[in-house]
Amino acid sequence: MKKLHFLEVEGNTKGFYTFLGLFGLISVIGMLAAYYMEHNGHWVTGMSNQIIWGTPHVFAIFLIVAASGALNVASISSVFAKTAYKPLARLSGMLALALLSGGLVVLLLDLGRPDRLIVAMTKFNFVSIFTWNIFLYTGFMGIVGIYLWTMMDRPYNNLTKKAGMAAFIWRLVLTTGTGSIFGFLIAREAYDSALLAPMFIIMSFSFGLAFFLLVLMGSYKYTDRELGDYIVNRLKNLLGVFVAAVFYFVIVYHIANLYSADHRGITTFILADGGIYTFLFWVVQIVLGSLLPLGLLYGPTGNNRTMIGLASVLVIIGGMAQLYVIIIGGQAYPMHLFPGMEVSSSFYDGVVASYSPSLPEVLLGLGGFGVTLLLVTVAVAALKFLPASLADAVADPHSK
Amino acid sequence: MTINIENEKQQDTTEIESSRRNFIFGSVAAAGLSVAPGVMLYQTANARSLSEKASSKVRWGMLVDTSKQVDWNKCVEACNKEHGLNNETHSRDDQKTQYIRVVDVTNKGTGYSMSLPVMCQHCEQAPCVDVCPTGASMTRPDGIVLVDRHRCIGCRYCMMACPYKARSFVHEVLSDQTENTPRGKGCVESCNMCVNRVDNGQDPACVEASDGAIVFGDLNDPNSAISTLLKEHGGKQIRADLKLNPGVHYQGI
Repeated sequence: MKKLHFLEVEGNTKGFYTFLGLFGLISVIGMLAAYYMEHNGHWVTGMSNQIIWGTPHVFAIFLIVAASGALNVASISSVFAKTAYKPLARLSGMLALALLSGGLVVLLLDLGRPDRLIVAMTKFNFVSIFTWNIFLYTGFMGIVGIYLWTMMDRPYNNLTKKAGMAAFIWRLVLTTGTGSIFGFLIAREAYDSALLAPMFIIMSFSFGLAFFLLVLMGSYKYTDRELGDYIVNRLKNLLGVFVAAVFYFVIVYHIANLYSADHRGITTFILADGGIYTFLFWVVQIVLGSLLPLGLLYGPTGNNRTMIGLASVLVIIGGMAQLYVIIIGGQAYPMHLFPGMEVSSSFYDGVVASYSPSLPEVLLGLGGFGVTLLLVTVAVAALKFLPASLADAVADPHSK
Repeated sequence: MTINIENEKQQDTTEIESSRRNFIFGSVAAAGLSVAPGVMLYQTANARSLSEKASSKVRWGMLVDTSKQVDWNKCVEACNKEHGLNNETHSRDDQKTQYIRVVDVTNKGTGYSMSLPVMCQHCEQAPCVDVCPTGASMTRPDGIVLVDRHRCIGCRYCMMACPYKARSFVHEVLSDQTENTPRGKGCVESCNMCVNRVDNGQDPACVEASDGAIVFGDLNDPNSAISTLLKEHGGKQIRADLKLNPGVHYQGI
């Protein structure tokens, strides 16, 4: 194995400015959409008093969940001492921070009163899982920041394992916290499950790695750096394991709910008669987001970069669909004030709530991706995150 | 949470003040018995000044008798008038605020049906209070659950957590607000048990409009009308299985 050499991406190139402009534009459009929503009020969105959290939350939670997952590659290197992943650890940590930033921007800008951020940062209710999450997110930023420092500043390299361990434990707690935002909502049948927290953790493994693979392959392609099959194939095999694990959890979650009489209603709603939610579940989440990527990653096309990229994109689309079904489908299904009774009211009791995402919501959500990718673009040019080469001769520990 | 602690601290002193005031109000009321008899006297005796903190010795509650033939929409109208609701100009119907609504319930098996008003149930273990990150959702020591609109950041987690769908989000800029119920775009709101009226010794607006079908009073006082009725005839709480111990009780459900 040759010596690893990290190098900034050349900033003063047409390609760099193109990406900077593209991601900057997506971010600015997202911010403008948020301004439009805040200026007018949420009546301009598809959200309502029935569908309380909408498309921005699907994007935000996806990015936050993917953030902790993106750190996995670094954790495998530092915590589980797999040297093959060491060249990728810096990118992994940086991507985790960028994804979390993108997600939090969306979450913050969808608040009814984003101008009161200072209230959220100074007045705490420690019983609230949201409050825990505020500390988990800021703590994650700090710990991963220190972790990156120990990796990139040679005198502190000996602390990398400890910092990596701390970051790994923190990220598990963080995703547990994100899953628990829903898992502890006893009022709603879709969420009232302790399975949500571990399921969110395995979802984060899958979404984060898919995003990592795309950023890795994209950045090496557009900077004309060498990226060997050794590292890509290891990552894509790992992605396949994670996709299968999410699939397993989804099956257990729904079967468990089907066995429990008071959760059967929501489960049959999602699986059989939920309209758009049933479609998103079976077609996008299961077929396009789980089975097809598994086929692409483990089938005869397994070594084809385009197919690995396609599989990663599908995992992300499937993940978004999964969160859409959980978050919006879970709210659309009516709450039962009087279990077993038929109810109706002027406040939409007893009926499936309707929701169509509005353009500003989608643009704000995409803005989160824009912010993430803008940060990544700036970061790889500013600091030494990417190895100059990941050719097999460099990346493969067994290479002579 | 801070508010509760402050309230606890000041409780002793305020209770002394309160009992003195009640004595004075009581005397005045007794003197005016022949002029203004009835409920009004009782209410005046319970009025509370703004400087006086709510007491945890009281737990305000409501008892709704669904067996009475009442037009519950009158309660909705009274609520809307009291709090200046239904003044949205842009919001869709599913975005408009409702503090109280009439729910029609039918038993599919027997065909039996009934209607009842549902509002914030003012839970003792309120999920909205638990999940609120800033403490804007709070329970007063006297059991009334409300939102501090200066502290609400509009995250809507409380709306996700409420099992009664009792909360609404203000989706637009509002004008023509009533003096007692300031409402702001981007904040969550719900029935506050007409806290302004209760502190003034009056019944909530829906109670007043209910032709006696809703009784308001102190659940902690064994001799109050609500406690007596609950003791004699019993009452049920909606989703009692969640063990949130709502302050709103129902008969006939």
